[in-house]
Amino acid sequence: MTTLPTAPPWTKRAAFVRRYALAYLVLAVAFVFFLFPIAWIFGMAVKQPAEYFSSPPVWIPRAPDLGHFRQLVLNRSINSLANSLVIAGSATVLALLVGCPAAYSMARFNTGGRNFAFWVLSQRMLPPIAIVFPVFLLFRIVGWVDTYQGLTLLYAAFNTPYVIWMMRGYFRDIPVEVEESALVDGASTLRVFWSISLPLAAAGLIATAVFTFIFSWNEFLFAVVLTRARVVTVPVAMSGYFGSQSSFWGEAGALSVIASAPVFVLSLLVQRYLTRGLTLGAVK
Amino acid sequence: MNVTRLSKYGLVAPSIALIVSLTIFPVLYLLWISFLDWDLQRAGRQFIGLANYVHGLQDRRMWEALGHTLFIVVVAVAAELVLGLVLAEALAGPLPAKKVIIPFLILPVIMSPIVAGYGWRMLWDTQYGPINQLLGWLVGHPVTLVWLINSKTVYFSLIVTEVWQWTPFMFLVLLAGLVAISPEIHEAAAIDGAGRWQSFWHVTVPLIRPLMLIAVLIRALDVFKIFDTVFSLTFGGPGTFTETITLYVYLLGFRNFRLGYTAAMAVIVLILISLATTVLLRRLSDE
Repeated sequence: MTTLPTAPPWTKRAAFVRRYALAYLVLAVAFVFFLFPIAWIFGMAVKQPAEYFSSPPVWIPRAPDLGHFRQLVLNRSINSLANSLVIAGSATVLALLVGCPAAYSMARFNTGGRNFAFWVLSQRMLPPIAIVFPVFLLFRIVGWVDTYQGLTLLYAAFNTPYVIWMMRGYFRDIPVEVEESALVDGASTLRVFWSISLPLAAAGLIATAVFTFIFSWNEFLFAVVLTRARVVTVPVAMSGYFGSQSSFWGEAGALSVIASAPVFVLSLLVQRYLTRGLTLGAVK
Repeated sequence: MNVTRLSKYGLVAPSIALIVSLTIFPVLYLLWISFLDWDLQRAGRQFIGLANYVHGLQDRRMWEALGHTLFIVVVAVAAELVLGLVLAEALAGPLPAKKVIIPFLILPVIMSPIVAGYGWRMLWDTQYGPINQLLGWLVGHPVTLVWLINSKTVYFSLIVTEVWQWTPFMFLVLLAGLVAISPEIHEAAAIDGAGRWQSFWHVTVPLIRPLMLIAVLIRALDVFKIFDTVFSLTFGGPGTFTETITLYVYLLGFRNFRLGYTAAMAVIVLILISLATTVLLRRLSDE
């Protein structure tokens, strides 16, 4: 049946306009509410101290410059950017490396059954404080506090359940017939996984990678407990600018831009998978 | 499909090894520590059974922290649900430029909570923040509210910050639900004489209720673990007035070094979260 949906009676012309006017009003308010804080924080980066430490504060900087970004380079805060990239990046790669094969096995051969899948997912929901406290004590014994491998492995382990759960869903979306025909042609399980299923699930794989990266990039509790000086990540470096006595708002603004810009861009790449990725696959 | 047991389980094994070594094993170790009298400021440790738990259940500060946390969960998630629903309903129609605007509305969700928290700390600032300035313009005289220290305003500030960051999540989920509803259903309701409000309340809401429940559960579980926002905005202050359960366990473990006692507290949090998680997983498995 291909009947076009007819407009309900209330969308007669006047009501139509009213509905749109209302929608645009809501939208305008939402736009300001959600974006003004971000604009304010980012604006801090290019203002002079005399502008942000004046009461009332100055909204539009008179002579915007990149001095605070230069300051981040000079005081080596910028190192945290490299640390975050290395740690979040390696954790993402590792979580995908171990998670994808597991997800494939569970999606295709029902390995462990349904309960096992839910058990895996439940590991992602454990309270981070209950993980990081014993992990800190264990890392102290093996000397992994403030090391790349320590935080990387923890992020990988904590996000592997997420990768497994999401990728299991994406693999299940692939029609099984496609794989069966390859098997008939004599390909091995591993071969089918690698050259057929994985490419077919590529979009889901990229989305999952992006989310894993964003989770690790934004994470604070694990990082603040497990880093001291050497491998401080961006969120931890951020907290360093808000002491009880002094505040470096310009530098904090600049660091906020550096912390947010990469993940903002990444989120645009996976727009289509945003809902699915954030709701653990409950909404497709 | 035929497959050898070796490859079937071999594919799963590496991930399980990683999860067991850095999640399961630490949790078991945590459980063991919780039975010890172990304080880094004193030498030695000994097994004391459930004493830490007995002591812990009488800890007023823990119950208060639990109360603060639940208060934030209930108010923040309710506000996110209502605002998210309004926003989703406004954007559910065929609005021009919708596709361009939505990615921008989602940005708070993508931002690191700790970065957002420190950012909002600058916004709430008494002297140099734009919020007091804007309010001053509204009421016509300077406003000098001490948002994050005054006990009358501190929860409001915390919850607004949390709601700002996560309402877009609620909106996104509910929007997915709303656009999935066929217009014919609304037509049918209209033919039966339902007005717009009735149609929304008696048709839309029941249809997206399962989705609402999942979104609310996901948010509630997340807010229950709230740490970054409180750490950056108030650090639990004034005093311990906004101390949440995760922050309390953090302070116990990493400022006071009472390891056995901290572990028992962490186990209590673990049990509470696991119960709530079971409810969410059951909903997810119904899908």
